[in-house]
Amino acid sequence: MSETLASTSDTTVLNGTSGMHTRTEKIAAGLKRRHAVEKRFRAYGLMGIGFAVACVVLLFSTIIGNALPGFQETRVTFEIEFSKELIDPEGSNDPKVIGDANFRKIVRDSFYALFPNVSGRRDKRELAKVISSGSSFIVRDMVLADPSLIGTTQSISLPLSADLDQFFKGGISAEVAESERRVSDKQIGWLRHLIADNRVESVFNTTLFTAGDSREPELAGIAGAIMGSFYTMIVTLALSFPIGVASAVYLEEFAPKNRWTQLIEVNINNLAAVPSIVFGLLGLAVFLNFFELPRSAPLVGGMVLALMTLPTVIIAGRAALKAVPPSIREAAFGMGASRWQTIVHHVLPLAMPGILTGTIIGMAQALGETAPLLMIGMVAFVVDIPGGFTESATVMPVQIFLWSDAPERAFVERTAAATLVLLGFLVTMNALAVVLRKKFERKW
Amino acid sequence: MTSSVLLIVLAGLTVAGFYLGRSRALASVGGKIRDLHSLPGYYGYAVALWCGLPSFIVYVLWSIIGAKTGHGTPGYLGFAVILAVAVAGLAYSHRQIRPDMKARDNVERVVRIFLIICSAIAILTTIGIILSLIFESIRFFEKVSPIEFLFGLEWSPQTALRADQVGATGRFGAVPLFAGTLMISLIAMLVAGPVGLLSAIYMSEYAGPKLRATAKPILEVLAGIPTVVYGFFAALTMAPLFRGWGDQVGFEISSESAIAAGLVMGIMIIPFVSSLSDDVISAVPQSLREGSFGLGATQSETIRRVILPAALPGIVGSLLLATSRAIGETMIVVMAAGLAANMTANPFEAVTTVTVQIVTLLVGDQEFDSSKTLAAFALGLVLFCVTLCLNIIALSVVNKYREQYE
Repeated sequence: MSETLASTSDTTVLNGTSGMHTRTEKIAAGLKRRHAVEKRFRAYGLMGIGFAVACVVLLFSTIIGNALPGFQETRVTFEIEFSKELIDPEGSNDPKVIGDANFRKIVRDSFYALFPNVSGRRDKRELAKVISSGSSFIVRDMVLADPSLIGTTQSISLPLSADLDQFFKGGISAEVAESERRVSDKQIGWLRHLIADNRVESVFNTTLFTAGDSREPELAGIAGAIMGSFYTMIVTLALSFPIGVASAVYLEEFAPKNRWTQLIEVNINNLAAVPSIVFGLLGLAVFLNFFELPRSAPLVGGMVLALMTLPTVIIAGRAALKAVPPSIREAAFGMGASRWQTIVHHVLPLAMPGILTGTIIGMAQALGETAPLLMIGMVAFVVDIPGGFTESATVMPVQIFLWSDAPERAFVERTAAATLVLLGFLVTMNALAVVLRKKFERKW
Repeated sequence: MTSSVLLIVLAGLTVAGFYLGRSRALASVGGKIRDLHSLPGYYGYAVALWCGLPSFIVYVLWSIIGAKTGHGTPGYLGFAVILAVAVAGLAYSHRQIRPDMKARDNVERVVRIFLIICSAIAILTTIGIILSLIFESIRFFEKVSPIEFLFGLEWSPQTALRADQVGATGRFGAVPLFAGTLMISLIAMLVAGPVGLLSAIYMSEYAGPKLRATAKPILEVLAGIPTVVYGFFAALTMAPLFRGWGDQVGFEISSESAIAAGLVMGIMIIPFVSSLSDDVISAVPQSLREGSFGLGATQSETIRRVILPAALPGIVGSLLLATSRAIGETMIVVMAAGLAANMTANPFEAVTTVTVQIVTLLVGDQEFDSSKTLAAFALGLVLFCVTLCLNIIALSVVNKYREQYE
């Protein structure tokens, strides 16, 4: 449309002037160039969008590609003899006696029995490194949970050590010179022997979802971080939702338009743009040093994140309240309801989907936040799964940060797997928000 | 008797107060509700508030004072006092109940005060941030002069353990950090500015509804990804990629190069630029476009000569907001940028930023009096001031622009 407009307007304007032919020719010649420019400009715009989309694709494909092996773990199955003499010679059934037994020896002896040819201390030590160093704890917990195993021989599957797990998955190549890789030729030979014996299998990595953090990649899991995130989010929700809704109700429904409310408004808008790390400094100075609350605790983390999400909840809440038409309020007032009754009985229920959508989006932001939690000590190495609001804990993004620092290759895939789990939570929350908005959105 | 028992007893008394108040109100008019000033429930709430609120406030105060003076939770005396307050409040308000008592007004007044307190928390947070940053910074500036901090060229905060060791005092010249922050933010804006702006232009001026409906959510996905994921991506993919390219052309690129961190940060910021600019461009009145088309301009000429100049203040505002994001961003640079403070203009070398230093100075450090930890608060103060200024300027520019066309 613009092309025809351009040519006609040019000719009409120029009709009366002298040298009209040369001018129209000039313009006609210029048109080609101008249309080329137009095309190029459009292409630039498309390239901008294409670049952004390519970034999204690259990011997700990198994470997913790295994460997939992390959801698999390699286990080796062999018979373990739970000899009564070694575990509980007196038959006391006392958990303390059983717990103190030398399970390391029990596991190793049973494993050595698969390779009768291996002798010599050095070789045996290398052989023992084929299975996870945490095997003895796994077996101990098994016996503690079921003492009737004592005296029997069971076929147990135990994780391979992280390095051989990597080799099995193809992360370490046998082509590389022996000195340059973390598994020796002998270990590879033993593993191939085990594979030939049909003892090695690749299974879904349940450890990742049931264990806390560990220095050994094959024993490390995100269960502790998930629980930490859960407790932190409960505190954040419990604080930011009521306070945010109350502020939104006050500012939108009660507040007179004066300096004080204007100050609050400017404040909320600015708080929404303060770098998150500054909130961490606030938490450190006020919650930890002044109020002397415990370090590394979900309680403090949740409080800091609540202050951070508060602006989001308030802004979303105000928008939702504003969207409720005044006729609803006037009808309620007309029936003799007080302002508070109007709000609680009519306005708030109608605004609730919008408020909830905003709250969920704010919570999703809080769930992915890392920097302020580093300031208040939630970077601790926590092995146990936290069981309360004041216990030391870490959260999922911080766990990702900690693991991404680890030098072992096996941690890379676990970091990516943890990232994928975190992204899964975020996608679920955002999808929930979209569904809420779509389902309850009302055009007045 | 522990605090939880006391709190349960208080809660029980409060609930009892509600029912006592309501039944007394009903009894006072012989069951004829219309003779009451308010609904009977309001009398119940009034009694419950009189019973629960003062006693709870006393409990909180007693606990805080106890914790500060080292007595711990309230003892038997404290419990007795708190319970007495609760019972007295209950008895007093219960006796006050008369049919003409304005229970609803009283209860709603309390509720309104609660709402005001909640909305003041935003202000308290700001005050808390400012005060904590300023107080710790003052303590830092007692040890290191502000001039040295703001204009010094050497940053090595590692203080020695013994006073007689070499370099016992550490150097706190923050200029290298500012330079590093600026460089990484600049790289990020060089990525996010053109990409964000071009996609915003295409999306608001050219794209059909279908493309818009798919491209916009994809761009917003970029805004929803946690920064730690970007950091992981930068360290895992981008940094080795750049180093590999460098190796190929025989040029040394550090594995913590500013360019890798800046590029990934730019990707993160694209949606901020694009969605804000999109709003701004869409807000330009249609009449301007039609006027330009009427004069024979092509669409791209209209955009470049009419729409962009008209939207310029808003676009500048959105770029400023994005810059303030870039300056305050932490995790990407912590994971992908360096730790050593280099004064360099070469984007392929490792530089460090203000946020990286705040994190390294504070993580894992328990003592809280060394100039090392206090320096983090001084850096935080600078960061807060700079981002606040950028935000205020950006918001006022955007607002002025909006008013122009409304």
